[in-house]
Amino acid sequence: MTIVVLSRRSLLAAGGSVLATGVLAAGASGLLLPASADGLAPTETMTGGANNYRKGAPVVDRIGKGGFWMSGTVRRAGDGAPLAGQRIQIWAHTVEGQEHEPQSHGATLTGKDGAFRLEMPQIIPIFGQPHGHLAYDSGEFKTVFLRPIMRSAKDTSLEAHFVLQPA
Amino acid sequence: MPLIWAALAVAIGVPIALAAASEQLAWRGPVYILAGFAGIVALGLVLVQPLLIGGVLPGLSAYRARRAHHWIGDALALAVVIHVAGLWFTSPPDMIDALTFSSPTPFSPFGVVAMWAIFAVAVLAALRRRLGLRLRTWRFVHIPLALVIVACSVVHCLLIEGTMESISKAVLCAAVLAATVKVMADLWRKRMVRSETVARQ
Repeated sequence: MTIVVLSRRSLLAAGGSVLATGVLAAGASGLLLPASADGLAPTETMTGGANNYRKGAPVVDRIGKGGFWMSGTVRRAGDGAPLAGQRIQIWAHTVEGQEHEPQSHGATLTGKDGAFRLEMPQIIPIFGQPHGHLAYDSGEFKTVFLRPIMRSAKDTSLEAHFVLQPA
Repeated sequence: MPLIWAALAVAIGVPIALAAASEQLAWRGPVYILAGFAGIVALGLVLVQPLLIGGVLPGLSAYRARRAHHWIGDALALAVVIHVAGLWFTSPPDMIDALTFSSPTPFSPFGVVAMWAIFAVAVLAALRRRLGLRLRTWRFVHIPLALVIVACSVVHCLLIEGTMESISKAVLCAAVLAATVKVMADLWRKRMVRSETVARQ
């Protein structure tokens, strides 16, 4: 009997401490994020982000022969919760094709942690800047187009992060 | 004296040759390549223009230099048309963004302003006789537009990451600025001398 009570007590204590750290962690991260009063602000579509967009690129394991990594995260505006299973479309002018060509487009899904990562051919400078294009366009949340720029044309990876708000 | 001709050939020829050797060309279509080189050639012509009209190039009479300045002005406008049309063909949405001043690339508005200034000079030059513009009026219009063309072309070019090799590009841009400053300074000095002579009489 005593054993049961003890285990129940320890269970409660453990649960309580998990809850406390959880709340503290959320509070701390909330303090670190900008615009914490209204929660995490949604990402705005970038100028030129939708250029050469093609609707409905297929979800692929890799675009072309790969060699370059596009990665990022998808979170919900306000609480910043990671959004799993979200389709992100990616395209760019690469060593294997121009921006508008179908083989330059592909899509991937976010994992449980809201992160995505898709291998694609090396991005090269086009229209004066080495840049990529990403879109969230599945409808559940507001559509967002991003156009991140590489620090150097020699970079072999690029990141873009989405914070989505309900449509 | 032919040294200045050699320097001019190097200042224009080397950046074109180095751009022609750029590995970026492998990933571009022929129209995009043509558009890019039209832009580089246009910058080279912007260097030739002040040298011609300033009488800096030896072996050319003032008359022939002025004729050449007119012809090269037309060639410059044509090069810009090829540059813009080729880029439009390559990626219409990017070119439309640039022309409407809503492009994310910082160099685009400079290029577009330079383009309109070049077109304005070309049109005014073609209509100059019909409009009966005197030399003073013409200079009053052309000189500020020429300064806009030079400044905006140089900024446009320097901010672009493309096929041009950076040192030869910077040297060409510096040459364009130096030639413009020299010719403008000469013009200013002549005007000062003339007004002094007039004052003395």
